[in-house]
Amino acid sequence: MTGYVTRRHAVALLAAASCLVAGAAAQAQNSIKIGYAISKTGPNTGGASITTLPNYQLWVKEVNAAGGIMLSGKRVPVEIVEYDDRSNSEEAVKAVERLATQDKVDFILSPWGTGLNLAVAPIMNRLGYPHLAVTTNTDRAPELAKRWPNASFWLGLPSDISTSFVDVLTKMKNEGKIGANVAMIGVSDQFGIELSTAARNALKKAGFNLVYDKSYPVGTQDVQPLLKDAMAANPDTFIAFSYPPDTLGVTDTAKVLNFNPKVFFVGVGTAFPVYKQRFGENANGVMGIGGWNADSPALKDYFKRHTEAIGREPDRWASPITYASLQALQQAIEKVGKIDREAVIKELQTGTFDTVIGKVKLEGGLLQNVWGVGQWQNGEFYGVAPAAKEGARQVIAPKPAWKP
Amino acid sequence: MLIVDIILGGLILGGMYALVAMGLTLQYGVARIMNLAYGEVLIAAAFASYLLFTAFALSPLVGMILVLPAGFAASWLIYRVLLVPLVRRAKTRDALEVDSILATFGLLFVVQGIAFVLFGGQYYSYSYLSVPITIAGSTIAVNRLIAFGFAVALSLILYAFLMRTRTGTAIRAVAVDPTAASLVAIDVRKVAGLAFALGGAMCAAGGVLVSMFLTFNAAMGVVFTMKALIVVIMGGVGNLLGALVAGLLLGLVETVVARLVDPGLTLVATFTLFLTVLLVRPTGLFGRTGR
Repeated sequence: MTGYVTRRHAVALLAAASCLVAGAAAQAQNSIKIGYAISKTGPNTGGASITTLPNYQLWVKEVNAAGGIMLSGKRVPVEIVEYDDRSNSEEAVKAVERLATQDKVDFILSPWGTGLNLAVAPIMNRLGYPHLAVTTNTDRAPELAKRWPNASFWLGLPSDISTSFVDVLTKMKNEGKIGANVAMIGVSDQFGIELSTAARNALKKAGFNLVYDKSYPVGTQDVQPLLKDAMAANPDTFIAFSYPPDTLGVTDTAKVLNFNPKVFFVGVGTAFPVYKQRFGENANGVMGIGGWNADSPALKDYFKRHTEAIGREPDRWASPITYASLQALQQAIEKVGKIDREAVIKELQTGTFDTVIGKVKLEGGLLQNVWGVGQWQNGEFYGVAPAAKEGARQVIAPKPAWKP
Repeated sequence: MLIVDIILGGLILGGMYALVAMGLTLQYGVARIMNLAYGEVLIAAAFASYLLFTAFALSPLVGMILVLPAGFAASWLIYRVLLVPLVRRAKTRDALEVDSILATFGLLFVVQGIAFVLFGGQYYSYSYLSVPITIAGSTIAVNRLIAFGFAVALSLILYAFLMRTRTGTAIRAVAVDPTAASLVAIDVRKVAGLAFALGGAMCAAGGVLVSMFLTFNAAMGVVFTMKALIVVIMGGVGNLLGALVAGLLLGLVETVVARLVDPGLTLVATFTLFLTVLLVRPTGLFGRTGR
């Protein structure tokens, strides 16, 4: 009898205690602390300042303007802790550790670029934070997503970019729009090598003829020697798997040399607003990595909000995807209803989210079916490949000749 | 014509390297300040030129009339405020070198930070005289040709200034031996400040000219500092003609390798040349031993 009473008392006590704890927790959750380390100095600054940071800023601004993230019926504003990772992987890892252990943030957003995301992935995994490694582009992504279930990859695989591009080229060749000769250059780091290798294999399989195929070191400031030799090989298609400064340099040099292949493809940076600003009408017909469905009302609205809040246009490749990843994170947190990182990770893996790029559902930690190739058409960078995607435009070929 | 292509392309690329390096060779060779913020100043000049071009439609070449004196003044101020205390404190030239490296390393982040706040980290590029010109059957961009012309002209003018004028002689005297220079009534600190400021003006000229054809952002200064350092050390510290020759040589080798061997090996070729020069002549092509 006494035993029963004590047990009942104990249960009551426990219940009361748990109420108190829950009350305290709810009271403490006046804000959701979100931290990130991003490159504000060093070689990654360019990419981070175009694709990643503006979207973090835009998202936080919009979420807080709406009152915050909905946590079990109550809107909780977002608070930001920001560090500069100095484009250095050790700094990035240290910053993530500091965010988790000292700042005790609730969620951590990812840095910019494949290298830094892979650098912080093990620690994000160990600390149990969801890792939305949006700007990571590597063929190892499926394997990495298995190793780190908390991580997700949103840009597709480099080999997908190359093969979807070759599919487009093959179709054009079969229609008699272009011949079989291809000249290809690529930057000699992991990114350039993965894209070039995949393209080389796909081109050979599709019966193309590689008349020029060279790589160049990162940071090359004069691409004229490469372009002169590529031009001498008289290709129908010119491909450059390049980084932003070289992308602009290659285009400018091609214009100066009046190098007019039927298809002109350049790498990262083609989708950046600076490309359009720099080349104006001459951008028309240029193909490059990325693209988006510019006719979609959701993206049109996003474009407007981004331009108004940040003061410049978004890039037309990873920007909307970065924003979509943040929307997915928010919806996953709201669905879970509390700060439970494990549950949020699970929700991100399995849930379907409504974003600016449409319905998003990750498969095996990867966002499949993203734009690989786009083309500038009348001042807009439309997605053209994979051709099966909704909103894919017809390729304009041959590219109009450069105007002086 | 492959041979014309290579020589012309190589000289023009090399001219850019020389242009970027000449200011540093003055600052390092005479004022003995190893200015790690050199590239940042260059980028600042590039931004200034971008602003003048986009906001006021001022051609970079006209803009230079404003940017060059600004570079001179800013560098002079940096020397007076930041570096003179170090010069005063330093017991030996080596100690000054170490101190100046630390101080300018800090300055690097200050200038970079200001550029980031003002312009953000994204890439900037504008089109100016990006038109072809054909010389002896080889096509090149006019803006690069102009930069090359400026590199040669500026180095010749500065060379004449150093060789023919009284102030120039004083600068050379300080470069050779500051103690002896002060014995013959040369105000070493003033002359060193002048050399540092002149270097800053050259650096600004480099920034304006490369901004006509290179894409840049707030974080890119270190790229130019590194390249300039290689050219300066290869040419012989403090030697203007050395910087010009070393720059042209690097450009030529890079272009030869890119066209005749493999573009992937240009960096290898650059550093092989650099190492060879250092092994054969540790003080650089035109450097003097026994300072």
